[in-house]
Amino acid sequence: MRNDTIAAIATPVGVGGIGIVRISGPEALPVGDRVFRARRGTKLGEAKGYTVHYGEVVHPETGASIDEALALVMRAPASYTREDVVELHCHGGPLPLRLVLEAVLAAGARLAEPGEFTARAFLNGRIDLAQAEAVADIICAQTEASLRLAQMQLKGRLSEKIRALREALVALAAELEVGIDFPEDDIPELTPPELAARLEEVIRGIEKLIAGGKQGRILREGLPTVILGKPNVGKSSLLNALVGERRALVTDVPGTTRDVIEEVVNIRGIPVRLLDTAGIRETSDLVERLGVEATKERLGEAELVLFMLDAERGWEGDDAEILALCQGRATLVLVNKLDVGRKLTVKEAEELCPGRRVIGLSVKEGWGIEALEEAIAEMVYGGAGTGEYASVSNIRHLKALEAARENLKGALEAARKGFTLDVISTAVRASLNELGKITGEAVDEEVVEHIFHDFCVGK
Amino acid sequence: MSTGGNYDVIVVGAGHAGCEAALAAARMGCRTLLVTLSLEHIALMPCNPSVGGPAKGHLVREIDALGGEMARNTDRAYLQLRVLNTSKGPAVRALRAVCDKELYRRRMRQTLYRTANLDVKEAAVAEVLASGGSVQGVRTRTGVVYWAPAVVLTTGVYLRSEIFVGELKYEGGPQGQPAARELTASLLKLGLTTGRFRTTTPPRIAGHTVDYSKLLVQPGSSEPLAFSFWDEPKKRRQLPCWLTYTNERAHSIIRANINRSPFSVDTWEGAEPRYCPSIEGKVMNFPQRAAHQVFLEPEGWNTDEVYVMGLFTSLPEDVQLKVLRALPGLEQVEMLRPGYGIEYDYLPPTQLKANLETKSVRGLFCAGQVNGTSGYEEAAAQGIMAGINAALYVKGKEPFILRRNEAYIGVLIDDLVTKGPKEPYRMLTSRAEYRLLLRSDNADLRLCDYGHALGLLPDELYERFCAKRAEIRREKERLEGERLVPGEEINRALVSLGSSPLEHPVTLAELLRRPEISYRDVAGLVPPPVPLSPEAAEEVEVEIKYAGYIAKEEQLVRQMERLERRQLPEDLDYENIRALSNEAREKLTRIRPRTLGQAARIPGVSPADISVLLIYLKGRGRGQE
Repeated sequence: MRNDTIAAIATPVGVGGIGIVRISGPEALPVGDRVFRARRGTKLGEAKGYTVHYGEVVHPETGASIDEALALVMRAPASYTREDVVELHCHGGPLPLRLVLEAVLAAGARLAEPGEFTARAFLNGRIDLAQAEAVADIICAQTEASLRLAQMQLKGRLSEKIRALREALVALAAELEVGIDFPEDDIPELTPPELAARLEEVIRGIEKLIAGGKQGRILREGLPTVILGKPNVGKSSLLNALVGERRALVTDVPGTTRDVIEEVVNIRGIPVRLLDTAGIRETSDLVERLGVEATKERLGEAELVLFMLDAERGWEGDDAEILALCQGRATLVLVNKLDVGRKLTVKEAEELCPGRRVIGLSVKEGWGIEALEEAIAEMVYGGAGTGEYASVSNIRHLKALEAARENLKGALEAARKGFTLDVISTAVRASLNELGKITGEAVDEEVVEHIFHDFCVGK
Repeated sequence: MSTGGNYDVIVVGAGHAGCEAALAAARMGCRTLLVTLSLEHIALMPCNPSVGGPAKGHLVREIDALGGEMARNTDRAYLQLRVLNTSKGPAVRALRAVCDKELYRRRMRQTLYRTANLDVKEAAVAEVLASGGSVQGVRTRTGVVYWAPAVVLTTGVYLRSEIFVGELKYEGGPQGQPAARELTASLLKLGLTTGRFRTTTPPRIAGHTVDYSKLLVQPGSSEPLAFSFWDEPKKRRQLPCWLTYTNERAHSIIRANINRSPFSVDTWEGAEPRYCPSIEGKVMNFPQRAAHQVFLEPEGWNTDEVYVMGLFTSLPEDVQLKVLRALPGLEQVEMLRPGYGIEYDYLPPTQLKANLETKSVRGLFCAGQVNGTSGYEEAAAQGIMAGINAALYVKGKEPFILRRNEAYIGVLIDDLVTKGPKEPYRMLTSRAEYRLLLRSDNADLRLCDYGHALGLLPDELYERFCAKRAEIRREKERLEGERLVPGEEINRALVSLGSSPLEHPVTLAELLRRPEISYRDVAGLVPPPVPLSPEAAEEVEVEIKYAGYIAKEEQLVRQMERLERRQLPEDLDYENIRALSNEAREKLTRIRPRTLGQAARIPGVSPADISVLLIYLKGRGRGQE
């Protein structure tokens, strides 16, 4: 535990409520000023304690506006932690909160450990001694909770990828270290181009995870989604139902000044980007008019397909063609009009679309929409829920991945500049340490183990 | 029972740990007794004749900077000296010497005999005497009792040791020495526990029966070198070593006789130290390797005995000879001694505090292979620390503990007392997390202040060190301060050095940071008022060229320091801290770490446990910043 400035999401995340990002520590006010623009131009650093300011949160590097917010200033020692504290009250929901927290971290705060605010409150004498054990229990419980959650998240494909990257890196570290610790053994040394290639390979892998890391990227950039189905199946009604009364964010794409071609709806904190909504609204029978080729194009960048079937009309030739187009994309099959139709049941649809999740609904009557939202959330969060810890540990992972990448870039840079192996291998180990923060594995012993397992050394 | 006399510190065993321990205690003014099984075998090198190598060489330089003996003794006894890892960077560059074993022993014995406050006696210690939880002295097998408030055990691999050669097994120590049979029982009685480790040594062959024309020669370095900071680097006459390889014939002999190995083949994994595997282990575990290196190292100027590095084995003698004669150049070879396996008791070092004192008996210190390490250098490093701490204990002073960012010695001892080894522990550079700070070249800058303050490093040597340190500081200031302005002459010179011409004025330090520019180049372009010694010049070059990376590691050190400075009370009752995880509670109770930093390194203690401890300490009002 250090004396730096920490930040975390301080409230449980619920859609539609108010979420708080709390910043505490000696740099809390400067950090606050880097991310918060008060409408009246007030600087938080000059504001009195216990004052509230209205304005917006911006990213400290890009200056992009993230959310409107209230900023509360509490000055040491009159705060929960007895340190300077800034609280940013913003719109609830994982996405905005997460973006605000990321901005705060980018502005120089460190992500708080579980229970760290409470621990600081105690260490700074805000809570009396009798509470010591209770505080320790809280830390214990919170850590366990977040650990469980992190482990749950780590069970998916993300973890497989991180493990694979770690393994590649441990093998590389061992290869570098074995030459250093056993210079007289005849072990072939990596040539500089080989070394650079190996480093670049892992860097690419990490970058893919950072950029393409499903959940992280989806929460940041949205989930591109397309609604497919034969004419009159109810695409446009579904669109309206999803957008409905929600505060829909509307994006204009350069060059199409008039046509709104995509709308973003917030589903359980996930920005679901519905593509080509103009197309759906203006032409009710796209497949009919433009044919399969055009439909393929419409699929474009979509990562989620909502494939609608018609219980009234049943399974038809068009449906099979559209299903074939969905190949290789996450697809939810929606059997619509179940209130009136009997020609296609959920069970039959499941048989016709093997391996796809099928949801029955009636857009007209308004049932099944919730199940659809639930299914989308589950796909994105991987069943890990949408609570505070989910998003927090995601940021933790992201930070660790970024640090791992930076260290490897440092190694590559050092290699390029002609620095020696000692420097390069140190950077590789630092990178491993960062990945270890995600998987919870220690580095040094593992590298040593690898050296002895993979190389016949020693004499 | 008769009384042999009263001492301040008694050291049991005169191997590499015992010699350093006894010298350190005596030099710090303690009346010291060094007891050995045999006066002839003081500072014996029962295995390889070499000192140094990566990480091990670092240890030797650190011992030297503290005022220890190993480096100086090596300088007087080496028959070959080489620099390893020259191209892999300053952090891992290391010296390795091959010594004349007899010369090494003789020089060390002379040094011991000439050291004030130090008595050396030949005796077998049968019992460590203790009363009321404090050590009292030792009793020898012949019944003589020597009294002292501090005892350092440096008994190496001699505790209940057994030798294995093929089907043959007998009680005994290395190189025909007797085993220490009784001591283990006395240690168990004091509440210590023991474990058992195994290692092997290769056969020795007659040099005159080797056909050197078939071998690759491996000469020593041609540049002037010295292991010790205090010895002038010199070019000296050296002996070459030789390289040959095993082959399929040798491997098939081994495979055909593997059932005659004393140790089960199924248990190769973890059955022996992995960094010094037996040749049978290498052949069985790496079947894809068609050949393994075998180095022939002469054991002295005046002996025919040659060490066969790489052929560690406990196979029967007849098989050893067959394997040897299968190798190129050794077709006619005669074996002088067979290789053997040895099994011995060690004391799991998690029973020790960071000052190498046992937790159960006050004043009883342990160092060297008895702590489950391997290697002369690891032993000597613990020896000097145990000697220092025994002396400090007798004087009622605070223990001397090196941190992981200060020395490989610190890494070594912290690993031992925190994690405990699963196989004989060998120092590796990969075990040090602050490798760029712990260089062989700067061991003096890291440790001479300590050595002098402890009274180990004489004033005269310390003054030499201070002059070097000042020289380095002045030159660094000059390089950081002096600017070079672009000009025709200077740019021409730079281009001729393979560098690019200047576009803006730069400091000399900035120029030196160019990868292709060396300190010698900079000093050639803009010479210092007084030329630097080669050692100071090396230091300046490394510190400036690697400044960015060094600064990064220093920052990591600062992050760890807060935890490192938090002392944990020795009597802390972990069982009563509910919020700790079960595993942490058990481990903390057993290891009893000295600082929060050490606690954090115990496998199974999580960051959350550390937070809990921090809070608990604060609650107790006893946490020290």
